[in-house]
Amino acid sequence: MARYLLRRFAFLLVSLALASVVLFVLLRMLPGDPANALTSVGASAEQIAAARESIGSDKPLPEQFAHWIGQLVRGDLGTSFISSLPVGPEVSARLNVTLPLTAAAFALAVLIAVPAGFVAAYRRRTWYGALLSGISQLGIAIPVFWLGMILIAVFALNARWLPAGSFPPDGWAQPGEASRSLVLPVVTIALVMSASLIRYVRSATLDVLDSDYLRTARALGSSFGQAMWRHGMRNASVPVISILGIELASTLLGAVVVESVFALPGLGSMLATGIAQHDYPVIQGVLFISTLAVLIIGFAADLIQRIIDPRLRAGLSGGVR
Amino acid sequence: MTTKTPAATVSPTGKPAPIGRSTTAQKRSSRRRSYTLLVGCALAGLIGLLALVSFFWLPYAADDTSGGRLTAPSADHLLGTDKLGRDLFTQVMNGSQIAVQAGLGSVLIAATIGVTLGVLAAFAQGWLDDTLSAFLDILIAFPTLLLAMLIVAARSATLSSAVLAIGLAQSAVVGRLVRILVKRVLAQDYITAARTSGTSWSRIVAGHVLPNIWPTLVVNLALQFGLAVLAEAGLSYLGLGAPPPHASWGRMLQEAQATFTTAPAGALAPGILLVLLVIGVNLIADGLRDTLDPTTRGRRA
Repeated sequence: MARYLLRRFAFLLVSLALASVVLFVLLRMLPGDPANALTSVGASAEQIAAARESIGSDKPLPEQFAHWIGQLVRGDLGTSFISSLPVGPEVSARLNVTLPLTAAAFALAVLIAVPAGFVAAYRRRTWYGALLSGISQLGIAIPVFWLGMILIAVFALNARWLPAGSFPPDGWAQPGEASRSLVLPVVTIALVMSASLIRYVRSATLDVLDSDYLRTARALGSSFGQAMWRHGMRNASVPVISILGIELASTLLGAVVVESVFALPGLGSMLATGIAQHDYPVIQGVLFISTLAVLIIGFAADLIQRIIDPRLRAGLSGGVR
Repeated sequence: MTTKTPAATVSPTGKPAPIGRSTTAQKRSSRRRSYTLLVGCALAGLIGLLALVSFFWLPYAADDTSGGRLTAPSADHLLGTDKLGRDLFTQVMNGSQIAVQAGLGSVLIAATIGVTLGVLAAFAQGWLDDTLSAFLDILIAFPTLLLAMLIVAARSATLSSAVLAIGLAQSAVVGRLVRILVKRVLAQDYITAARTSGTSWSRIVAGHVLPNIWPTLVVNLALQFGLAVLAEAGLSYLGLGAPPPHASWGRMLQEAQATFTTAPAGALAPGILLVLLVIGVNLIADGLRDTLDPTTRGRRA
């Protein structure tokens, strides 16, 4: 296990290094000069050159890259070209919205999807089992922003129970208002996420229900509950956890559309603005932090799977991943 | 064959029947299977027809603003008009064209790049395989929408930028699936037999690998079609899809958001059609999985 941990951690670091090179190179391939955003329209050649010098975009690419990595190692995400504010504090301010949003939506989605998926599999021949499958079929076809629009129309505009969005400017200093403004976005993401999760939980459960080991456990005298608890859950959770990891990672930044519907100042909208303004340090900073988060989530998901499934530890399923 | 479908493609309905199920249950399950395919084809076909007709005939010109602003649905304007007085049904028809194009284009790109990368990674050994699959893993973890935003920022907000971005993001998913499927085929005895009898690798790919993987691949591509349609709508909603004269469903919804309660038709119709198209394609995928996949067919029929 220790050897695996070490190897998996090395893989994380190599991926992060690779991703940062790719990020940096891809960004420099974008057409458009960030210096243009800093100068007025009829700026002279000297003014543009001065602007380039001030943000360091006149230096050769390897030097710029080394400078960026040097900053990262010191825990500095750089300074925005446009606002001249440091990127790090801005990212953490945005994370104050995005992290609670993602975490709450993820937790709610799991709370909905695991029991619903299990029932949809275990009671698949009943009307409510079929109904659950139907609802999830419908849920994966609904665009997340449209669901958000409908929830706003119903619960904010018609019933006036909840705010239609917008986060209080002083954020969590007003915990009541801040959390109220996150209710509808959380529900929106959670519903769409749980629709696809239900399908995975359902098929993982179906695999388990048909399995020989469950039948054997039953034949040896375990009750259905005991057999399911000792063998079923453990086996069904392995594929589900890898899907959960992917879902969590993609929600972290994929929330940009939902942030746009509800006018929330999250990480996604920071990135969108950064891209529109060619603000390299902002784009790099946000993408670096989110890549790091994605890799850590993948690391955790792999680790949990290995703890749950001894076959993975023994390398029996090696070769084809 | 006791192989299991990889998690990403396991369908709730694609479950092989347990051995020893009664014949009536088998008949019922095969009937349900054909219903799935039938309903899916009907839904997707309806949108496809709308798109096809829109090439030749539209109720109004796309820029005709003679209808009066935000009128309710009537005989003249089946869905009413938008805030500029344009006929909503005309826009919805145009939107179906864009949705179908987005789906087909993305899937074409995803299939071309994904199959190539996946087959390469499966045949490669050691570091090349490791690098390719690590690359695919990172690309998969990267949200489609963000990749699309980067590409749109680099090019411009057009339908082809959006399709390119969605196709690229999906090619990673397809590539990983193809890699797993091909590796599984390559481990079979008949490949060893073909190798020892001197068959070239290219003929093995054409004669053994592709025929074995295409049922699972086609099903996955159908699912990717639905996801591509959703992604394009999301991009258009953010203003990163097809630019104004083209009425993408995503942009129509964004424009109608402010008037949701006063003129709900504009905020509902494009969304409902979008959902119908995606459900239709997903049902086709489920139906195809059950009819095409020899591993489930053998045990079911």
